[in-house]
Amino acid sequence: MSAADMHEDNTRKAQEERLRAAWMAPRGWRYFTAVNNTRVGLWYIVTAFTFMLFAGVLALLMRVQLAVPNNSFLSADFFNQTFTLHGTVMMFLFAVPIFEAVAITVLPQMLGARDLPFPRLSAFGYWSFALGGVFVCGSIFFGAAPDTGWFMYPPLATDPEYSGIGADIWLLGLSFIEVASIAAAVELIVGFLKCRPPGMRINLTPLYGWYVLVVAGMILFAFPPLIAGDILFELERMFDWPFFDPERGGDPLLWQHLFWIFGHPEVYIIFLPAIALLAMIVPTFAQHPIVGYSWIVLAAVGTGFLSFGLWVHHMFTTGLPSISLGFFSAASEAVAIPTGVQIFVFLATLLAGRVVFSVPMLFAAGALAIFVIGGLTGVMVALAPFDWQAHDTYFVVAHLHYTLIGGMLFPTFAGLYYFYPVMRGRMLSARLGKTGFWLMFVGFNVAFFPMHIAGLRGMPRRVFTYPDEIGFNVLNLVSTIGAFVFASGVLVVIWAIARPKRNEPYAGRNPWNAGTLEWLIEMPGEDWGVRSVPIIESRYPLWDQKNLMRDVDAGRFYLADAAEGRRETLVTSVLDGDPVQCLRLPGPAYVTILAAFSLGGVFIFLTYHWWIAALVSGAICAVCILYWLWTGTAEIPEKREKNVGLGLTLPLYVSGPRSVGWWAMFITMVGDGTALASLIFGYFFYWTVHRGFIAAAAGPGAFWPIVGIALFAATWGAMLGALAANTRGSASGQRLLLILSLLMAVLGSLAGLAGPWTHAMTPSSHAYPAIVWTLVIWVAVHGAVGAVMQGYCLARSLAGRLTRDHDIDLRNVVLYWHFMLVSAVLTFVVVGLFPLAL
Amino acid sequence: MKAQSVAAYLLPVGCLVAGCSDAQSVLNPHGAEAESIALLFWITAIGGALIWLAVVGALIYAGRRHRKPYSQASAARLVLWAGAVVPSILLAVLLGYALALIPDLRPLAASADDDRLHIEVIGEQFWWRVIYHPPDGQPVVSANEVRLPVGERVTFSLKSTDVIHSFWIPPLGGKMDMIPGRTNTFSLKATKAGIFRSPCTEFCGPSHALMAFTAVAMKPGRFDRWLANEGKEAVNGKPGLKPFLANGCGACHAIRGTEADGAVGPDLTHLASRKTLAAGSLPNTEDAIARFIAEPDEVKPGVRMPAFGMLPQDEIDAIAAYLARLE
Repeated sequence: MSAADMHEDNTRKAQEERLRAAWMAPRGWRYFTAVNNTRVGLWYIVTAFTFMLFAGVLALLMRVQLAVPNNSFLSADFFNQTFTLHGTVMMFLFAVPIFEAVAITVLPQMLGARDLPFPRLSAFGYWSFALGGVFVCGSIFFGAAPDTGWFMYPPLATDPEYSGIGADIWLLGLSFIEVASIAAAVELIVGFLKCRPPGMRINLTPLYGWYVLVVAGMILFAFPPLIAGDILFELERMFDWPFFDPERGGDPLLWQHLFWIFGHPEVYIIFLPAIALLAMIVPTFAQHPIVGYSWIVLAAVGTGFLSFGLWVHHMFTTGLPSISLGFFSAASEAVAIPTGVQIFVFLATLLAGRVVFSVPMLFAAGALAIFVIGGLTGVMVALAPFDWQAHDTYFVVAHLHYTLIGGMLFPTFAGLYYFYPVMRGRMLSARLGKTGFWLMFVGFNVAFFPMHIAGLRGMPRRVFTYPDEIGFNVLNLVSTIGAFVFASGVLVVIWAIARPKRNEPYAGRNPWNAGTLEWLIEMPGEDWGVRSVPIIESRYPLWDQKNLMRDVDAGRFYLADAAEGRRETLVTSVLDGDPVQCLRLPGPAYVTILAAFSLGGVFIFLTYHWWIAALVSGAICAVCILYWLWTGTAEIPEKREKNVGLGLTLPLYVSGPRSVGWWAMFITMVGDGTALASLIFGYFFYWTVHRGFIAAAAGPGAFWPIVGIALFAATWGAMLGALAANTRGSASGQRLLLILSLLMAVLGSLAGLAGPWTHAMTPSSHAYPAIVWTLVIWVAVHGAVGAVMQGYCLARSLAGRLTRDHDIDLRNVVLYWHFMLVSAVLTFVVVGLFPLAL
Repeated sequence: MKAQSVAAYLLPVGCLVAGCSDAQSVLNPHGAEAESIALLFWITAIGGALIWLAVVGALIYAGRRHRKPYSQASAARLVLWAGAVVPSILLAVLLGYALALIPDLRPLAASADDDRLHIEVIGEQFWWRVIYHPPDGQPVVSANEVRLPVGERVTFSLKSTDVIHSFWIPPLGGKMDMIPGRTNTFSLKATKAGIFRSPCTEFCGPSHALMAFTAVAMKPGRFDRWLANEGKEAVNGKPGLKPFLANGCGACHAIRGTEADGAVGPDLTHLASRKTLAAGSLPNTEDAIARFIAEPDEVKPGVRMPAFGMLPQDEIDAIAAYLARLE
């Protein structure tokens, strides 16, 4: 070895030491403070699978009860808790979180990023999910689980005598988990848009990334209507505000609309990430680039859009007019077209290449065979006349399991088999995989195919028993046997994943000969992710870019070193992937766990009406979040710029639209605005359904709403002024305007509340005052949060952490107030001025 | 997914085709709507089976070792034609066909004030209040059984007093929800006589699975005679009436022609003429009536009727004997 080589070798070793030290996840008793995406993603996956197994056991209990007619293995009451929890857990604690889990684990690797832009947010989301999930699942051991079906229709679910505390556990536990989902969505969208490697223009991104973008965007628009619905529902249960009580101007159908505006996109939120896994697996096992990249991207985006126009097909039997039935039937059929395109893109890719039938490909093929049946029965039930017969029968049970197990579970298993080497550095047993696959495939079909027939023979879903002699016996017995075979297959695969593998060798690099960046990873992977961040010129860089792996390993690209011992990753521009910033990421922390648990405390204590405990927990949570923001964000670096390698110098601090924080605020506020829009939808829903709805009680008048608009407009103006003053370098002007705007924000919130207050509107008397109060409280709470942000900026300014050149906080708060102004004006116009126009 | 499992799929379907006809089956149509929808089902099911075979066939073909890979252009053509163009055409035709059925199956004009027989059905946890409104004549109150004449379109108006239920007579047609605060109206036309089991199809509480009614499609003449009888008062004077009234049963149940005029629970005036007891959960026999009086909650969890097991057995038996003879 020459002296020069020795020197290079030593440099490399030193770099690796520094990178390792910076990115090392904590060990020992601090293990759970880790925020590395590889750790959080792993916990996320394990936790989601644990919930899946729990819900699977519930399903087996149900199948035992239904194996023979007039069975008394489970009581009616316990059976009702069982099916409610089965659906709830599978949907909210497995299917959606597993998307977040896998995406958090593999997306950064696919993008050659070292981590996602907000690692602590991922950890916060995980802890929220884990705590909320345990709370919801645990309820069944106390006989207190929700028992009205996973879509919780009022008035059954609002009946305090019937559903007891179970409905509150559902509403509050899941609202908490929805917070985690939205956190993950924000994280993933920003990750995809801003953390791609240099040169990876938007049309070169791996397909998985596109799907993540579409799905995270859908979460952003689909979950808020459910959160709005949860708020109305919980207000009815806690304070008797009659949103769903027809005797007092409410309507049970409003819940169905809000639930399914969430619930149908939810189906695609579950389905698309699984298709995304297939979109990565299929090209690898065909050893051929995907055929029709732009087709499949457009199809994914199209599915996402269309999925928001289908919700009424869950309500075809509620007595809607024929014109609605026609419209929503047509939209529901239309969504089959992009779905078909995606399936044929896979088929075409396989046909264009040479197929290697390894275990992931086997699961992928099984997924297609099952999913296509679910898709075809979907085409059938989308036809309103057929749905009148099939609705709420076992035909629908069969249909939804074919779509979800074919469209989600099998692809997820394919994905786990495929990505396991990325996560743990080893291959999984092919023998166990094949055995597990065939048990699952056969068991699944034996269990679920007969359900189509049971449904056509008139078996309704959600029955704890059925009479003898109406032709259900054999079908149900066969289903039960199939369910156990299926479960045994799942256990074989879980065993393949979970069994100890210490003595087995690590896999070779890129064991499937895939083309995308996640396979740059060493076996086993280092905490730093990718040794150096490469420049990308192709959709399948490992296939097309010569010596890429060698050059990456040698540290010949960006950020090959961690000279300051800090965690760093590149931020690039949204469309072209031009590097714009070297982003410093925060490390391990307790505060995220504490924030998640105290927020969980708020929801859990509210369930039991422990108001003071909830208040204290909320205060702790607020302090945690402020501490987290104060210490972990918008840090002023020791130098302006940094050389990231290859002669490129990037700033360490950027603000406004170039920064990741600004995008996160923007995305969060879009979701927040969707929730408000859902509440306003409720207001107009009542108005269109019930003649004289607004005349039913005294309104809030026009005076206070107009005052509210004026004050919030002034707040907004003052915030713009504060930003302008700061940019001019006038710290005192900025602080003065911040104080002014803070005062006006508080006054504006109070003015909003004064409307219904001065008109003595009693929310429990009728749905009209109830929805008006809900809207003005929504604005007031947001006004108060905005005021806290203004106070935070003021404090940062006084502490010297917010200056003329370091104004991330101020710019993000101004962005918040843009949205806030729109929210306030919209709300006050609706509650105050709209009644005048009638 | 080879030949064996295809055969496994076809076997139960074959059983259906061979006509394992039953009282609750969609594919055993006895009504105009059910007939159209059964045809729609067969068209889509067979079409779907063919599409599935084609897709899985292509998948298996793609997995073959020794074949020539498709060129990029022909693979792209496959996506265009098989993925987009052909499905769009098929779906458009299917949609047009299905939507064109709606005006006939669910005529817009269906309303409570036409000159047809009009049956009001009110879902309550966990039974059905049924009120017949003949075009000429007095309303007739009954429960847990819906009879209708063959060959006539009958208007149903559907309501609920507590939670959402759903009304469904599978061999006659599709379902319609019963929603508190709303009245849903639709119509059905039986084309053949028959007796059907009709389950509640919206989850409504602990005994949702035990909430069903019997639907009977009868020849018009027989229906008229039955309705005339159903409208009559009960034949009075049996010994069981006394304990029935003395124990307060009449506070909830009505037996027309007696002092019992309660409106909370099902009307019992012609209980013995019904096919089943307790909304489809028991056979309509004297023993079953006695059991239901003694322990209704054992039969139907969450039922509103209190248990009368504390009554002396001979009183329970006398009441049961009386009710079992209310033809």
